[in-house]
Amino acid sequence: MSTPYAKLPAWADYGLIPLINLLVAFVVAGLVVLLIGENPLRAAVILVDGAIGRGQAIAYTLYYATSFIFTGLAVAVAFHCSLFNIGGEGQAYIGGLGVALVCLTFDSVLPWWLTFPLAIAGAALFGAAWAFIPAYFQAKRGSHIVITTIMFNFIAASLMVYLLVEVLKPAGSQAPQTRTFLEGGQLPKLNWMLEAVGLTVRSAPLNVSFLLALVAAFLVWVLIWRTRLGYEIRMRGHSPKAARYAGVSEVRVIIVTMLISGALAGMMALNPVMGDQNRLQIDFVTGAGFVGIAVALMGRSHPAGIVPAAILFGMLYQGGAELAFEMPGISRDMIVIIQGLVILFAGALEHMFRPSLQALFASFSPRAVGAEAKQGESA
Amino acid sequence: MAEAAIELKGISKSFGSVRANRDIDLKIAPGTIHGIIGENGAGKSTLMSILYGFYQADSGEIFVNGERAVIHASSDAIARGIGMVHQHFMLVHNFTVLENVILGAEGEPLLKTSIAKARSELERLERDYGLEVDPDAVIEDLPVGLQQRVEILKALFRGADILILDEPTGVLTPAEAEHLFRILRQLKDEGKTIVLITHKLREIMAVTDNVSVMRQGALVATRKTAETTVEELAELMVGRRVLLRVEKGDAHPGDFILSVKNLTVEDMRGVKMVDDVSLDVRTGEIVGIAGVAGNGQTELLETITGMRKAVSGTVTLDGAPVELTGEADPTDLRRRGMAHVPEDRHNMGLVLPFEENENAILGYHWQDKYVNGPFLDIEAIRRDAQGKIEKYDIRPTDARLKTANFSGGNQQKIVLAREMEQDPKVLIVGQPTRGVDVGAIEFIHKRLIDMRDQGKAVLLVSVELDEIRSLSDRILVMFAGRIVGERGPDATEGELGLLMAGVEEKEAAE
Repeated sequence: MSTPYAKLPAWADYGLIPLINLLVAFVVAGLVVLLIGENPLRAAVILVDGAIGRGQAIAYTLYYATSFIFTGLAVAVAFHCSLFNIGGEGQAYIGGLGVALVCLTFDSVLPWWLTFPLAIAGAALFGAAWAFIPAYFQAKRGSHIVITTIMFNFIAASLMVYLLVEVLKPAGSQAPQTRTFLEGGQLPKLNWMLEAVGLTVRSAPLNVSFLLALVAAFLVWVLIWRTRLGYEIRMRGHSPKAARYAGVSEVRVIIVTMLISGALAGMMALNPVMGDQNRLQIDFVTGAGFVGIAVALMGRSHPAGIVPAAILFGMLYQGGAELAFEMPGISRDMIVIIQGLVILFAGALEHMFRPSLQALFASFSPRAVGAEAKQGESA
Repeated sequence: MAEAAIELKGISKSFGSVRANRDIDLKIAPGTIHGIIGENGAGKSTLMSILYGFYQADSGEIFVNGERAVIHASSDAIARGIGMVHQHFMLVHNFTVLENVILGAEGEPLLKTSIAKARSELERLERDYGLEVDPDAVIEDLPVGLQQRVEILKALFRGADILILDEPTGVLTPAEAEHLFRILRQLKDEGKTIVLITHKLREIMAVTDNVSVMRQGALVATRKTAETTVEELAELMVGRRVLLRVEKGDAHPGDFILSVKNLTVEDMRGVKMVDDVSLDVRTGEIVGIAGVAGNGQTELLETITGMRKAVSGTVTLDGAPVELTGEADPTDLRRRGMAHVPEDRHNMGLVLPFEENENAILGYHWQDKYVNGPFLDIEAIRRDAQGKIEKYDIRPTDARLKTANFSGGNQQKIVLAREMEQDPKVLIVGQPTRGVDVGAIEFIHKRLIDMRDQGKAVLLVSVELDEIRSLSDRILVMFAGRIVGERGPDATEGELGLLMAGVEEKEAAE
C-alpha cells in the first residue's frame, strides 16, 4: 500500500515550517525565563536589540554567522551523502593550524590578498586531511563515522594543545598561542560595508571571510545540484543500494564527500584566526563545529537555508552575550538552553508540525499539495 | 439469508486529499470465502486495515454479525472474532511455534501454565482443521508455507471466526498455495468466514464463493464467483478490456551472447546461494528463470550484472569475460551493452526522493550527452526524460515530480524506459511486474517481446509463473541455488510447480 502523499508548497516547506519551529522554541525558552523570575518579553527585546539593534551589533552577528556558514555547509555536504560528520569542531581546529602555518610563513613577504588564497588552501587541506582518516575507516572498514569523527575532535584538541605549548609558542611567551601575524597575514575588515548603508561600527571583527562564506555557499549549491559528483553524493545518501547499482563506487564517494566536508569545516578557521585574532589560540573554535550541525538541520541542508540559519545562530550568540550582560539573572547557560531549544524544535522535532500543516493546506487547497498528481496517475 | 458476518456501510477514508476508500458498501455472508480483488492502490489494504483497526474510517459504519462495531485498534477486532494474516508475517523468528502463538495472549503470569494450556488448544485446532505444525519447532527452521500456517493458527487461537488473508500466496509455491486453499475450504466447512485479498485472478476463481472488485478506492462490483469470468473481473479491475495473455510470434534465436558457466555465489555467512549454475542466452530469445522467491535468483542476477562477487565460475558477455571476483563495475557492463532492470525497484532501480528526470539517467549519468565536464547538463537530462515519458506513456507526465509520487507501474516504466532506450544487447530483468497494475503489466510484457523481436537477448527472472510461461521461449527452474530443470514454453504449471518445489527431475517426469 503506497503512502498517501501530500507535499507543501516550497515557501511553506522552507519558510513557514522553520518559522513555526523557531517561534515554538522561543515560546518555550520564554517559559524558562519566566521560571527564573525574569520578564521574557524584556529578555527578548534585549536579545534582538543586542543582535541587530546597532551597526556594531550587526557586524558581530555577521562575524559569528561567518563561522557557522562554513561549519553548517560542512555538515550539510556530508548529510547529502547520509554521513553525519560530527567532527567539524576538530576539522576547523586543525584547519586553523593550516591557516597559521601559511600566515606565519608568508605574512612578512606577501600582501594579504596573496596570503589569503594560500591560507584558504591551507585551511581546506588541513581540515580535509583531518576528515580523511575517519572517512577512510568508514569507507573501507565500516567504522561508524559519528564515533570516529567525535573521537577525532578530542585528538585534535590534544594535538593542538601540544603544538601550541611545545612548538608554536614563541620563546619566552606565557600564553599558549602563536605570535601575532603581520599585516600580510591579516584579513581586512568589512565594517565599511555596514557604514556605507549608514550604520556606525566602532570596531568589530567582521572580515572578508564573510564574503568567502557566501561564495562557498553558492559553490556548495552548484556542487550538490549541478555536478555529476553531487548527483552521486545524493544518490549514495538516499540509497546506497541504488548507488551500487548505478556503478558509483561507495568508497570513493564517501571519501570525497568527507574531504569536501572537512575542507569546508577547516575554512571556518580563516574567520577567527586570520580575520580577527590574527594568531592561533587554544580553543578558538568555541563550539562552532557543533553549532554547524544545528545550522545544517535548520537550513534543511540547503545553502539557501544554511545562510539565514547561520545568521540566526549568530544573532543568538551576539544577542545572548548582551542579554547575559544586561540581565544578571540570565547567565550564558541560559543562551545555551535557548540554542538547545532551537536545535530541538528545528532539528529533532522538525516534522512535528508538518502533518497538521499539510492537513490544513490540503483542506483549503488540494492543488497546492500536489493531490491532483496522485489522482491523475491512475487514469 | 443469515445475518452478514461483516457488513460495511458507506466506509470512506482519505489521506490528505487522496481518497483511498470512497463510500464502500460490502456484505460478507458467514461461512463463505469472499475475495477482494483490485489493482495496487485500489484501496483493498486500506479497507481491510479499517476493518482490523489500523485506521479509522472518516465516515461509515461496520457491523459484525449484525451488531454495530466500533473498532479502534486491532484488539477490538480480535475481540469481535476477526483475525488477520498479514502479507509479511508477524512472527518472532527465534521463538517456537507455541511461543509465537501465545505471544500477546499469554493470559497467565507464568509462561509454563499458559504454554501448557496453549499446547492442548493448539492440538485441538490442528485436529479440527488439519493444520499440522510441530508446536516446538523454531520459526526460522520452517518453510514459508508452514510459517503462514502458524499465522493462521495464531488468529484461530485468539478465537477468530472471520479470517482476513492479505495476498497470502505471494511467497508460496503453486503446491503450497494449493495446500493453503485446501485449508481455507476446510475452515469454511467448519463455519469460518474468510476474506481473501489478492490481485491474482486465478486464485479468486479457484477458491472463492463471492468476489468484490475494487478500483480507485471504490467498490465497483460484487459477483458470485461461479457466475463471472476472469475476463470480466480483469475488465472491472482496470476499467477497460485487457489482454491477459500477451500475443507473440515465434522466436528467432541467433548466437549465444550471454553465457554463465559453473557459477557459484555465497552470501556473507558462506552459504551457497547460487550453486554451480550454467546457462546460455541467445540473441532474439527470452529465457525465463522460474522459482519460489529466495532460491538464489536474486544473487544470480546481481552477480551477472556485476553487483556481487562470485566464488567460482565464469560469465561471458558477447565473447568477453565479466569480472566476477575483483571490484565489481556495473558501469563497465553497461558500456558493453548489458542493461539491468533490478528486482528491487524501490531501493536499487530508483532513488525514490529524486525527481523523475534524475532517475531517468541513473547508472548512465556519466554519458557525454548528460554531462558538460564535471557538470550535469540539466537541460539535456530533462529533455531526455520528457521524451521517455511520452514514449513509454509514463504518468503523470511531469519529469520534475518526485519519483516516489508515481504509482508502482509508472515507476517500473521509468526503469524500463531508461534501460531499454540504451539499446542494449542483453537485457536482464528481475520481477518486471511486481507491484504493477494489470494495465501496465500488459504494456511491459509487450515491450519485452518487442525487445526480443529486435534481436535482444532477454534473461527474465520472475516468481509469477504465469508471467514466465507467457513470455519465455525457454524456461529454467531454480531451486536451492541450482537450476533443476529446463522446459519449453508449453510446460504445464504442474510440471514447473514440482520442479520449483525441489522435486527431482526424474520424479517430476513420472
